[in-house]
Amino acid sequence: MKTQPTKKELSAKPQAAVRENTAPASTLASPKTQFRLDTKLLTQIHDYMVQARVMEERLIRMYKQNQGYFWLGGPGEESFQVPLGLQIHKGMGPDYDYMHFHYRAGAPMLVMGMDPMDAMRQMQNTATDPFSGGRNFASHYSKREWNVVPVTSTIETQYLTAIGSAIAQKRHGGKGITIVTGGDAGTAEGDFASCLVWSSRPGNELPILIIVTNNKFGISTPAATQHGEKLISDRGKAFGIKSKTINGLDVEESWFELKEAMDYVRNERKPFLLEVNVSRLYGHSSATGANLVAGEEDPITTFESKLEKAGILTRQEMDSLREKYTTEMLDMSKRVKEEPMPDPETIYDNTFKGQKGRYW
Amino acid sequence: MANMAQAIRMALHYGEKHLGVKDIFGEDVGPPLGGVFTATQGLTTTWNSPLDERGIIGAAMGLAFAGSRCVAEIQFCDYVFNTIDLLKLAGNQCWASNGDWNMPMTVMTPVGSGIRGSIYHSHSFDAMMTHIPGWKIVMPSNPLDAYGLMIACLKDENPTMYLKPKALLRVDGFDAIPGEPDLTPEGKKKLREMIDKPVVGDTSNWKPQWPVGLTDYTVEIGKGKTVRSGEHVTVVSYGRMLPICAQVADQLLADGISVEVIDMRTLWPYDWNLISESIRKTKRVIFVNEDTEVTNFGEHLLRRTVEELFFELEARPRLIAGAFTPGVGLADPLEMACVPQHREVEKMIREVAAERA
Repeated sequence: MKTQPTKKELSAKPQAAVRENTAPASTLASPKTQFRLDTKLLTQIHDYMVQARVMEERLIRMYKQNQGYFWLGGPGEESFQVPLGLQIHKGMGPDYDYMHFHYRAGAPMLVMGMDPMDAMRQMQNTATDPFSGGRNFASHYSKREWNVVPVTSTIETQYLTAIGSAIAQKRHGGKGITIVTGGDAGTAEGDFASCLVWSSRPGNELPILIIVTNNKFGISTPAATQHGEKLISDRGKAFGIKSKTINGLDVEESWFELKEAMDYVRNERKPFLLEVNVSRLYGHSSATGANLVAGEEDPITTFESKLEKAGILTRQEMDSLREKYTTEMLDMSKRVKEEPMPDPETIYDNTFKGQKGRYW
Repeated sequence: MANMAQAIRMALHYGEKHLGVKDIFGEDVGPPLGGVFTATQGLTTTWNSPLDERGIIGAAMGLAFAGSRCVAEIQFCDYVFNTIDLLKLAGNQCWASNGDWNMPMTVMTPVGSGIRGSIYHSHSFDAMMTHIPGWKIVMPSNPLDAYGLMIACLKDENPTMYLKPKALLRVDGFDAIPGEPDLTPEGKKKLREMIDKPVVGDTSNWKPQWPVGLTDYTVEIGKGKTVRSGEHVTVVSYGRMLPICAQVADQLLADGISVEVIDMRTLWPYDWNLISESIRKTKRVIFVNEDTEVTNFGEHLLRRTVEELFFELEARPRLIAGAFTPGVGLADPLEMACVPQHREVEKMIREVAAERA
């Protein structure tokens, strides 16, 4: 597994790609693409993006092979979700960032250090699933040690719980912030409006990075048929919340816009609403088939094309990387098969803190 | 001789000072009002929230995630219904994360009838709330228990729901809360002067004088109390109906009917040992509460009584509960007909006591 970048790497000033282009002349018809991030970070981002994609595709296969009951995840968001994961201040307690993720956060979890096998354990609902012990859906991550609160299926309620951790952090001081992610369709829920109201109370503004990933759909319903607002980020303006809409399919745009937004929230202790346009490559979830959707831009393809043109990675290197992860994750999914299912005797365990067995 | 509102206020003050409570919030909870029932007057960590019940519960959950102990209020339980999914989430976070997360948070809300509150200020919440696992649910019937149960909630590492029987919030107690002034009219006056914000005049600089001897007197969650010992019939109740049951029990003594009255105090997890032992003794039981009768919490207790104690019973177990109406009517005769009254409790006890084995 990769480790997170150092603070030095994270604070690296934008710079042109430094590696000499060594790709074959036939692939260099276009002018060399200029990047603002350094090569090491770009390759690291690419590595995580591929790893996240391969993990999700393995999870889909597990679902389709009856190794799980349900799949949903974030293929098509890696170009945004990986830069997000890399800029999170990971740790436990209010000095670090609190994450109120929705269910497309496999990529930032990987970046933070999640073992992909753990995602597979949750897919197969094994007793060894570290996030829920076989009790919850795939991609419903939870890890107290990293301030990742349990992902819920009740979309948008995370915009409410984010209020509370941000209140605690506002009082605590320091640089820790609350980060909440959700989808565009869910912004129709009042909970999203609640987050805007509570985070912008005059004199009590909260350090929340409010992220909406906009894939233009709510399961099967096009957003355009339900939402009159031109931009979701416009809703923040009514509350005096600094807001922006960005192209989340572009790695560098995601990186720098996230950095700007995070810096603002960390330093000003005020909210920022970031609307992020992304793809949804395999539909909403297994509820819509979990099949590759035509016409959606694949951010990895886009990024790899740029990397190749810039001579940062060759096609062969990128193919080898994908093959390596594909092999590794296939092996992981096979090993997960051998792990035990939860003991039915444990159904009452942890209804309350530390409680074991039936208690009434 | 504190009333229940004062008792809750003193317990919250103790919680702020000694138990790490950092936020007490909700609609009109902070200054200048200090709660629509004044239960949060004069406290130091109170603040007013937007008029948004979902935001209130969500914020409480987020504070709990951050390890910051809070008390959130829903102004009337009639307005908590749009937060049911959040209450379910708060109750399942420990279970869903297989023990990784726990939620130290308390929600309090006034419940029940008795103040002529009409359709949207009279609802009960015990039946609904006891359908949501993962919460500890308490409901006091007197100021001393109100204090001790609040302290218990503030010490608990799990979500706790504190149901305040609104009809009893202004009723004085008979048992002293450790640290409060004497249980005399003078003591009551003194306490009022110390901790009740004056109703008239400039109160902008008012600060309470908290009794110095307040303690962490705790009523253990899950423990009921036998408030009247008796031989012929067991009556199990809580909250607003409890004083009525005790009053009827006292009255029936003159007719030779000996009633054992149990105050559950905690609805979940409840004290089945206390209840079942009493039923085994009297062999007759009536469960009494004011929530609507269909899928009422008392029905669960009835089911358990039938399943576990059927062959020890000498009379059919009974439930006295509110009428299954869409609301509690405002007009005096309507409210009286919607929720159980003294006469119904008395009639039922006489009937059960007289039923032939």
